[in-house]
Amino acid sequence: MAKADSNQLAKSSPFKAWGINHLRTLIASLGVMTRQPASSFMTIAVIAIALALPAGMFVLLNNASNVSVGWDNSAQISVFLKHDVTENQANKLMDKLRLYEDVNKISMINKQQALKEFKKISGFGNAIESLGDNPLPHVLTIQPVVDAKRPDKIRHLLKQLNKQKQVELAQLDLQWVKRLFAMLEIAQRAIWVIASLLGIAVLLVVGNTIRLDIQNRREEIEVTKLIGGTDAFIRRPFLYTGLWYGIGGGLFAWLLTSLSIGLLDNSVEHLASLYNSGFQLKGLSFTEGLNLIAFSCFLGLFGSWIAVGRHLSEIEPS
Amino acid sequence: MIRFDNVSKRYPGGHEALSNVSFHLPRGEMAYLTGHSGAGKSTLLKLIALIERPSRGNLVLDGVNLSSVSNRKIPYIRRNIGIIFQNHHLLYDRTVFDNVALPLIIAGYQHKEIGKRVRASLDQVGLLNKEKSAPITLSGGEQQRVGIARAIVHKPGLLLADEPTGNLDPELSKEIMQLFARFNDVGVTVLIASHDLKLIKEMGSPVVSLNKGLLSHNDLDLTNHG
Repeated sequence: MAKADSNQLAKSSPFKAWGINHLRTLIASLGVMTRQPASSFMTIAVIAIALALPAGMFVLLNNASNVSVGWDNSAQISVFLKHDVTENQANKLMDKLRLYEDVNKISMINKQQALKEFKKISGFGNAIESLGDNPLPHVLTIQPVVDAKRPDKIRHLLKQLNKQKQVELAQLDLQWVKRLFAMLEIAQRAIWVIASLLGIAVLLVVGNTIRLDIQNRREEIEVTKLIGGTDAFIRRPFLYTGLWYGIGGGLFAWLLTSLSIGLLDNSVEHLASLYNSGFQLKGLSFTEGLNLIAFSCFLGLFGSWIAVGRHLSEIEPS
Repeated sequence: MIRFDNVSKRYPGGHEALSNVSFHLPRGEMAYLTGHSGAGKSTLLKLIALIERPSRGNLVLDGVNLSSVSNRKIPYIRRNIGIIFQNHHLLYDRTVFDNVALPLIIAGYQHKEIGKRVRASLDQVGLLNKEKSAPITLSGGEQQRVGIARAIVHKPGLLLADEPTGNLDPELSKEIMQLFARFNDVGVTVLIASHDLKLIKEMGSPVVSLNKGLLSHNDLDLTNHG
C-alpha cells in the first residue's frame, strides 16, 4: 500500500522508536506518581521501612564482627609450666609437643626473658627486683591447627596439655570469641530470615499498588489495546512505576539506615571510649548502599511484573 | 479489503449472533451496515477488529485470514484499522491532543511528526482550536469528532464505526457521515454500522443489512456482480 509506505518513512527506525518509547514511558510513569504524591510517598515509605530494618541490622552485625575480627585467626594456647620446671625440662616438653598433629607452632618464653620484658614494659622494675626470686614460670605458646568445623579438636588438645605433669595450666583465651562468633552467625541467619520475609512483604506491597493502578486505568488499557498497543507497550508503564517505587524505596531506606546509625553513633563512641577503644560505628558503605538500591529496584520490578502478569491479561476490550 | 465467507459467531451459552454471513467489501469502498439492535452489527465489527473470533467460516482482512491469526499479531493488524465508537472511548485524564496522539505514540512516531499529524487530523474534523482542551469540556458531537481524529491520525487503510451518530441530532449526524465520505474519497475503506436508515438513504452508499444474525440485504454483491 502506497499510504503505508509513506507512514513508514515518518516513523523512527524500530530501534530508535523502541528507545524513545522506553524513555517516554520512564518519564511519564514518574510524572503519574508525582501527580499523586501522598499515595506514592506512602508506598515508598512502606518499602523503605521494610528494607531499612534488615539493612540496619546488617550494619550492626557487621560492626560487631569488626570488633572481634582481630582475634579470629590468632587462637593461641598459653601453657604455664610448673614453677620448679627447669629450662631444660621445658625444652624437652616442647620437643615432645611439637610432634602432636594438632600443634601448628610452638615457642617458649623463658622466665628470665619474660621477667626482663615485664620490667621494661610494666614500670614495676624496682618492685620486682625487691622480690628477689623470679615469680614468673616458663610459658609455652602453642598455635593450634584451627579447624572451624571441629572445635572439639582444640578442646582435646587442651585436655592433653593439662595432663602433662610439667604443666600447671594450659588455657585457650579465645573461647569467648568463639562463642561470640557462634552468636553472630545465629544473628546473621536471623537477619536473612527477617530480610527474606520483609522482601516478600515489599513484593506484595508493590504488587498490590500496581494491581490497583491497573484497575484504575482499565479504560486506558482497553482503548490502547483497541488501537493496536502491544502487550509490551501496555505493560511498560506499570513495570516502570514498580521500578520507580523500588528506586525511591531503596534511596529512602538508605537514608533511614544512615540516620539511625547516626543517632547511635554518639553513644557507641562514648561506650568505646570507656573501654579505651577508638571503635567507631560504620554505616552502610557506598557499595552496600548501591546494593540496597539495586535489591529494592529488583523487588519493585519483580512485584509489578507479577501484578502485571496476573491482572493485565484479564482486561480485554469488549 | 474485507471478505466474509460463511462466517458464524456463537457466544458461549449458545446464542448465535451471526449465521453464515458472506459478503465482500472491496478496497476503497464505503458501505453501511444496518439492522435492528441485536441483529449482529456490533458482533460483525468486533470480528473485523479481532475483539471476537469467528466460530466458523473464514474472515479475510487485507489478505490476512483473521480466523487463524495469532494473538501476538493482533496489535499490528489493529494498527491498520481506525475504530470509532458510539461512546467515544476517550481518555478523560488527558488533553484532546494527547488522546489523538495515542496511536502515533504506540506506533513509535517521532515527537515532531506527532505534533504535525495530530494537528492535521484535528484540522480535518474542525477541532484545531481545541487541542489543549480536556475532552470532558467538549460537547457530544465534538467528543465524537475527537474520536474520529484519533481513528484517522495514523492514516489507517480501514475505518470502522459503530453507531457513530447514535447520540447526535440529525444535523450533526449528517456532518459526521459527510466526514466519513470525505475520508472515503481519499481512498480509505469505510464500514459504518448505523440504524439511521433515513440518513443512510440520503448518503447513497451501498448497504448491508443484518436480521437476527442473517444477511438480509446486500448491495455490495450487486455492485460486484454488476
